[in-house]
Amino acid sequence: MSILDTAKETAQGLMQGALEKLVPLAPDSWIPGGVPDPLIARKHGLIGSPVSRLDGAFKVQGQAPFAAEFRFDRMTYAALAYATVARGRVASIDSAAAEGAPGVVLVMTHRNAPRMNTPAVFGSSPSAVGPSDLPIFQDDRVHWNGQPIACVLAETQEQADHAASLLAFTYDEEPSTTTLEGARAAGTEQGVMMGRPLLNKIGDADAALAAAPHSVDHLYRTPRHNHNAIEPHAATIAWVDDQLHIHDASQMVTQQAQTVAEVFDLKPDQVRLTSPYVGGGFGSKGLWDHQIIGAAAAKLCGRPVRITLSREGVYRVVGGRTLTEQRVAIGAQADGAIDALIHTGMAVMTPHNSMPEPFTLGTQSAYASPNITLQVKMAKMNMLANTFMRAPGEAVGTFALESAIDELAVELGMDPIDLRLRNEPDRDPVSGLPFSSRNIAEAWRRGAEAFGWNERSATPGTRRDGEWQVGMGCATGTYPYYRMPGAEARITLTLQDGAIHAKVEIAAAEMGMGTSTTTAIVAAERLGLPIEQVEVAYGDSAIPGAIMAGGSQQTAAIGGAVIAAHNALVAELLKLAGNDSPLAGLSPDEVGSEGAALCKLDDPGRRESYASILGRAQRDQVSVTQAGSPPLELMHWSMHSHSALFCEVRVNAVTGETRVGRFLGAFDCGRILNPKTARSQFRGGIIMGLGMALMEETQFDERNGRIMNPSLAEYHVPVHLDVPEIDVIWTDIPDPHTPMGAHGIGEIGITGVAAAVANAVYNATGRRVRDLPITLDKLI
Amino acid sequence: MTPFTYSRAGETAEAVRMGGAAASAYLGGGTNLVDLMRETVARPERLVDVSGLSTSITDTDAGGLLIGAGVRNTTLAEHRAVRERFPLLSRAILAGASAQIRNMATVGGNLMQRTRCTYFYDADGSRCNKRVPGSGCDARDGFNRIHAVLGASDACVATHPSDMCVALAALDAVVHVEGSAGVRTLPLREFHRLPGDRPDVDTVLAPGDLIVAVEVPPLGFATNSTYRKVRDRASYAFALVSVAAALDMDGDRVRDVRIALGGVAHKPWRAARAEDALRGGPATEQAFRAAALMEFADAQPLRDNAFKPELATRTLVSVLGALAKGDAA
Repeated sequence: MSILDTAKETAQGLMQGALEKLVPLAPDSWIPGGVPDPLIARKHGLIGSPVSRLDGAFKVQGQAPFAAEFRFDRMTYAALAYATVARGRVASIDSAAAEGAPGVVLVMTHRNAPRMNTPAVFGSSPSAVGPSDLPIFQDDRVHWNGQPIACVLAETQEQADHAASLLAFTYDEEPSTTTLEGARAAGTEQGVMMGRPLLNKIGDADAALAAAPHSVDHLYRTPRHNHNAIEPHAATIAWVDDQLHIHDASQMVTQQAQTVAEVFDLKPDQVRLTSPYVGGGFGSKGLWDHQIIGAAAAKLCGRPVRITLSREGVYRVVGGRTLTEQRVAIGAQADGAIDALIHTGMAVMTPHNSMPEPFTLGTQSAYASPNITLQVKMAKMNMLANTFMRAPGEAVGTFALESAIDELAVELGMDPIDLRLRNEPDRDPVSGLPFSSRNIAEAWRRGAEAFGWNERSATPGTRRDGEWQVGMGCATGTYPYYRMPGAEARITLTLQDGAIHAKVEIAAAEMGMGTSTTTAIVAAERLGLPIEQVEVAYGDSAIPGAIMAGGSQQTAAIGGAVIAAHNALVAELLKLAGNDSPLAGLSPDEVGSEGAALCKLDDPGRRESYASILGRAQRDQVSVTQAGSPPLELMHWSMHSHSALFCEVRVNAVTGETRVGRFLGAFDCGRILNPKTARSQFRGGIIMGLGMALMEETQFDERNGRIMNPSLAEYHVPVHLDVPEIDVIWTDIPDPHTPMGAHGIGEIGITGVAAAVANAVYNATGRRVRDLPITLDKLI
Repeated sequence: MTPFTYSRAGETAEAVRMGGAAASAYLGGGTNLVDLMRETVARPERLVDVSGLSTSITDTDAGGLLIGAGVRNTTLAEHRAVRERFPLLSRAILAGASAQIRNMATVGGNLMQRTRCTYFYDADGSRCNKRVPGSGCDARDGFNRIHAVLGASDACVATHPSDMCVALAALDAVVHVEGSAGVRTLPLREFHRLPGDRPDVDTVLAPGDLIVAVEVPPLGFATNSTYRKVRDRASYAFALVSVAAALDMDGDRVRDVRIALGGVAHKPWRAARAEDALRGGPATEQAFRAAALMEFADAQPLRDNAFKPELATRTLVSVLGALAKGDAA
């Protein structure tokens, strides 16, 4: 890092530090969201009514092009070969048979690949989204078992696959760390997330734990998980003149284009990356080696390339959730009041990536306790770079914390819901900030009633249905509200044949969760137009701004950018309206949109339609681009979503098989924008959580660091028969400090689920399983 | 996938003639073979499609069933005679794979399924004596949760994955084979091999042999039979252990019993010791448990599968208990 960079970082750090001191003290009205979004008060519009996905028909008709369905003329097909050692050098490559195989266009290895820069690792700059700080196909080094080391291009996919199977390699192996114990012995270091140490200390938790009349203190373990989006990763790539075109499956379109541009020494506008449809992301649809390999191979052979990872390829190239080992210790008074909360432990990453598994994040704001110690330490292993996977941190962290709360309830002889409510904080226990919106008690009350929690027997192992032991468990889920900077929206109003048409362009990603539909709802409502007159464009690096479909923040970022662009549009239209308008003399903040018109906010009769304004100004179009406000609200309030989760399991007393009989999630996530897609989001998260609870586990062979179940036959995710009736309800109480009063809901669904299942298994059997997944051998 | 030629046989003799050529493989539904070809574990150069041959199910003179090798798994499972007279066979088939796979998979192909050992599948990165004889076994000290506890060898600890074959083993089915040496029959119990020092050889078939039918002999008390599969998720998972059993009660005593186990060995495991122990004895939970323990007396668990003998024992006790009461679902 250069001195200049260091100085810049220091300055940014100082600025950040100053903001963090000042923003909490600033009056609410100075902060974005300080004045509630007027749309919150609008009760009878599109927001909150169920709208079917606007792209639904397209998808079921097969009309929606995914990354591996774009075509270029003279396109070639790529297949990869993967290293079979954990660390070392490629000593020899025998490619003669592959090069002579039918249809082969090119075999590319580090020996003939174009020279490229190392992709900037995720988070090293606002646009950096590289998987690691490792060069790709630039040297003979192997850093993980499964690393791509050769790429074959051929006229058909089958020819490429066959030729790749003919490649033979030898290696000079070097010592590697592939065991957990080896990694631990080599030393752990403080986990750092986005430049901040994952370490919080309030009071003296150790002393308070020792002094507490009641306590629990246990280790919880979660295994590696792999990404299994239904669409395997793919990209269709062409160099056109001096432009690089990538049709990708991406949840961070603009950032990927920028990082790829740097790899190939291109200007940002020389890379055009589109991603109109994504078949599931969950954190995995980012930049990995395959897009860079594909672009390099296309450059080398002078023809377009389609690179589609096989399912095994996804396991070798695309990282997943890393393993964790977490200690949760809680000390409490007899009435349940928590005196000490300790949540510490370790996770594993690689020497080359930047992703800890921040399992303590959800614990920071969970329970009132005068003494808190939270710490994540990281060990290093030679393996594929781990990455984000739906609720990184919270998904596994809530398993440990919420299991421990259940164990404490048993220790105290208290109802676990009562225990949680007993320790409900009135402000954030770690940051000290007030909550922007926290209605978890309401979620518990409504959830318990809907689920029939009062039918639960507090004594484990007392309900029986033939061979099946039946039990109920509950847990809290939690995920923060984020809004990242960088989002911009461009709104273009067009007057054609007397009708107004709006186009809203936003560099967002639609991974199947309904973002494009929700964006249309939000924009239509903001502009006061019917949804049919609003077109949304997204998933294209040519669109201004940068948004990431990550951290459940995309909806908020879009909402904030549309607010800013709408404000700019109002100002622009007022200028065009001039002195002959009923709106003459009004300032932009006195004016809003309603019924395809601008109107005075407190006197809606004073109005002029968009069509009239444009017509009088002899304009057929007006266009504005505006960035959302800086997300200072995150420093002013503690902002979180919550869920109260209820689970009924059946555990077979003979075989130990666990089947989930019922599940209910009661969510407190602000105002729900589109109940139809939201319900699917919540359910999908819960189903993923059931998989995490009961079956998901990457088999990482510690002898050589190789993933041994890279297949949906052997890596178990829930099938239909594993998924019970899932009830989803929500408080629908708007957060007064967010756009539309909404929170992102992509990740909250999975959090807490594994604990709810584990706690139900305890209630059914009296057996406490503290290492996931809860397989039958742990129960017989 | 390695390039191959594909041809479709019009009748059995032609298939056997075509299948006699070197590097040939018979193709049924392709639900396992094609996967293995994609993974380059199987590299046949010639595929002979036999899925259109022998597709009938007929009654034998003796009162059993003759099931053509080309009969689809779904067809067999739903066949009225199978459901009424051999419910364990119907249930075993329905416990396997998914509806889509069962619609494609054939009876002959089901017998020829290869193990799901992940080291066997990993042609690039793992050693496997079954895939490359003499290369070593990475499963023995690796992930072996789904592996064998009975009848394994130093060379191989793999299990046979079929559910249907477990039921057929309990029923003393007979495999009808046609090869260059003509037509012959093989007892299903001897059709699959234990691994010994040749785990690459799954069955006693000679090269070019074609399974043409499976005969299920009559067994009156098979009407009181069932199949129970224990697995890590509710569907679409291979058995950790499975039990196929038929029970003939004489008052409160066992007149006769058939038991076969899946997921525990390199072949469908006919529990002959347990059967012998039970025949003529009391139908009590203690007797069932003692018989099961006897069956697993020589079990040799590995790192990850030590739970299997107990799991199989419990499952067997439960199955026999239900059959004794006549309420096995």
